[in-house]
Amino acid sequence: MITIDTISKKYGQAEVLNLESIDIPTGQSFGLVGNNGAGKTTLFNILLDLIRPTTGSVTTNDIVVNTSEDWKKFTGSFIDESFLIGYLTPEEYFEFIGDLRGMNKTDVTNFLTQFDEFFNGEIVGKKKYLRDLSKGNQKKAGIVAAMMGNPKVIILDEPFANLDPTTQIRLKTIIKKLTENKEITVLISSHDLTHITEVCERIVVLDKGILVKDIQTSPATLKELESYFSV
Amino acid sequence: MTLRFLKLEWKQFVRSASFGKSIALKIFMAFFALYFILSFLAIGVGGYFILKKVFPESDPLQLVNSYLFFAILGDLIFRYLMQKLPIMNIKPMLTLPIKKSTLVHYVLRKSSFSFFNILGLFFYIPFALVLIKEGYNTTGVLGWLLSMILIIQSANFLNFIINKNNIALAILIIILISLIGLQKFGVVDVVGFGGQIFDFIYANPIYSLFGVVVLILLYQLNYKQLHSQVYLDAAVSVKVEEVTTSDMAWANKLGDVAPFIKNDIRLIWRNKRTKTVFLMSFLFLFYGLFFFTQETYQKMPAILMFAALFVTGGFTLNYGQFIPAWDSAHYKMLMSQSFKYRKFLESKWVLMVTMTTILYFLSFPYLYFGTDIFLMITAGAVFNIGFNSLFLLYSGSFNRKKIDLTKSAFGNTQGTSATQFLIIVPLMLLPMLLFWVFNKFIGHNTGFIVVATLGIISLLLKNYAMNFIEKKYIKDKYTMINAFGKEA
Repeated sequence: MITIDTISKKYGQAEVLNLESIDIPTGQSFGLVGNNGAGKTTLFNILLDLIRPTTGSVTTNDIVVNTSEDWKKFTGSFIDESFLIGYLTPEEYFEFIGDLRGMNKTDVTNFLTQFDEFFNGEIVGKKKYLRDLSKGNQKKAGIVAAMMGNPKVIILDEPFANLDPTTQIRLKTIIKKLTENKEITVLISSHDLTHITEVCERIVVLDKGILVKDIQTSPATLKELESYFSV
Repeated sequence: MTLRFLKLEWKQFVRSASFGKSIALKIFMAFFALYFILSFLAIGVGGYFILKKVFPESDPLQLVNSYLFFAILGDLIFRYLMQKLPIMNIKPMLTLPIKKSTLVHYVLRKSSFSFFNILGLFFYIPFALVLIKEGYNTTGVLGWLLSMILIIQSANFLNFIINKNNIALAILIIILISLIGLQKFGVVDVVGFGGQIFDFIYANPIYSLFGVVVLILLYQLNYKQLHSQVYLDAAVSVKVEEVTTSDMAWANKLGDVAPFIKNDIRLIWRNKRTKTVFLMSFLFLFYGLFFFTQETYQKMPAILMFAALFVTGGFTLNYGQFIPAWDSAHYKMLMSQSFKYRKFLESKWVLMVTMTTILYFLSFPYLYFGTDIFLMITAGAVFNIGFNSLFLLYSGSFNRKKIDLTKSAFGNTQGTSATQFLIIVPLMLLPMLLFWVFNKFIGHNTGFIVVATLGIISLLLKNYAMNFIEKKYIKDKYTMINAFGKEA
């Protein structure tokens, strides 16, 4: 589904990312871990054509992301709060994203009902603008918006951060369900090793922009990651 | 402690967004501030002589005194609308080992030196000096000046008490209106009475010390009120507004630009700065009155053209120049969504054209000034619709400054760069020049025709122009994402 072909990114002399090639097959749940500055967000931004790589290219479903924009139709993403429109209410935001993804108002309402539990009554019907919601609730809205319009690829940057424990567990269930049928490719990054080993079948570890581990998740993975990071 | 606070203040000032602006903008802002200070100084120094000349039989000090009462009430209302206690600054200090009382005293004392309190002094001090020089009793004048300073300071602290209270504002306005009413219908001589009080202080300067008592009292009240509220859920909290929504189903008729139009309307209405731009555009309707009524400008057709452009162009010019920076906060998200960039630009265009058309209809009363003026406004409107809307979309692709919509509107120059100054040339100077040239050398009507024709030609070339603009935006996508991601 996604092919990362010798991507590198330099800012002046400093190289923040240098990857050989990574191939992510359709339906894989792909996890990205690494300490601050490892290049996780940069990689996601390159996948979404928000940053241009210095060398190399990304191909999604045979589309090279910086030459055509057709990949946007089947890609949903939530990187950070700047993906939200602060002056809209969550409902209006969902409606806006729905409009762009070809959903009408009833579609949006129907789509949202399956997330009632995830929202925990804190998002819809609260008469608040997104900018006035707590960080955790903003994140919930952004994650759900990324799943609108039947995307084939979903990219979430640190989806577990700021969420309360109950919602973290619910999010894990949602992500597992997404990849159940091996149709949707999910890419997430996280600092929480337990969560990511539980949710992802493949985990890639970055360090200062370089791939240091590429693991098919097994019961031993958590231990392996823990010992890698405890230096 | 105070020294440390002052150091922080200095850093806040030097490192603030407005200070880091480009040199051109800094100079412009400095001139603006200087202009205000100089105007007040000029009134302060010259006020005495002007009053003496216009009202030779009355005493200038007594004249000023008689209207001070209204000035003070007006000042209070102005403060109520504009001045807020900068309490959020102390939030990071709350958990540090600093006494609460120190923090509260600091915030209150700092407010004493706010712009609102300083500006008035530029009038009162030179006025007082002129009075002394003109042979008024020195002690009397100094007493009078002292009470003025005390009144300004008291107003400062009174404002913070009533600021949390709409009833207090209503009472103030009612007092002001009824005083004007009483004066107008001759029931009570408010002007005379108010004047007598200040004349009395001039005659008996010792009574100005009464103001000290008032000031201390108000300060104490503020201190008590604030000290009990230095909590995150009381004074040091950000207000969350209750939302009123409408689904704007009518906009759906606009087809595939509808989601963006809806979004833009919400953007304009729900953010202070954009709302101000919107409301100001109706004030610009009256801009022509300054020029069309003055005899001096009648012989300067280029200036009249300038005014005519502004009458209908208030919205287009003020909103258009910051496209797409209004969307800078969520620009990344927009760029990861699947839509034709064209639609995004098109919606902005529809918005500008619609507003210009509405403003044009509202400008019909200018017919009163004759068909020449009205034709000029019509030509201006056509130019705004045809040329300016498209040109602003194009120049917008050069915007590289983020706008934080949650910041207040007044004097906010976020997003301003050299672009905003350069675009004035084609937007305003070009039609002015064309009008002037054709008007002067060929004949009167050709001026309107040329300006309007240029607008119509642009409108006819819209599709072609839009393709060009769209390409430019797509080309600059990465630079814009990067620039809008940086803190303003």
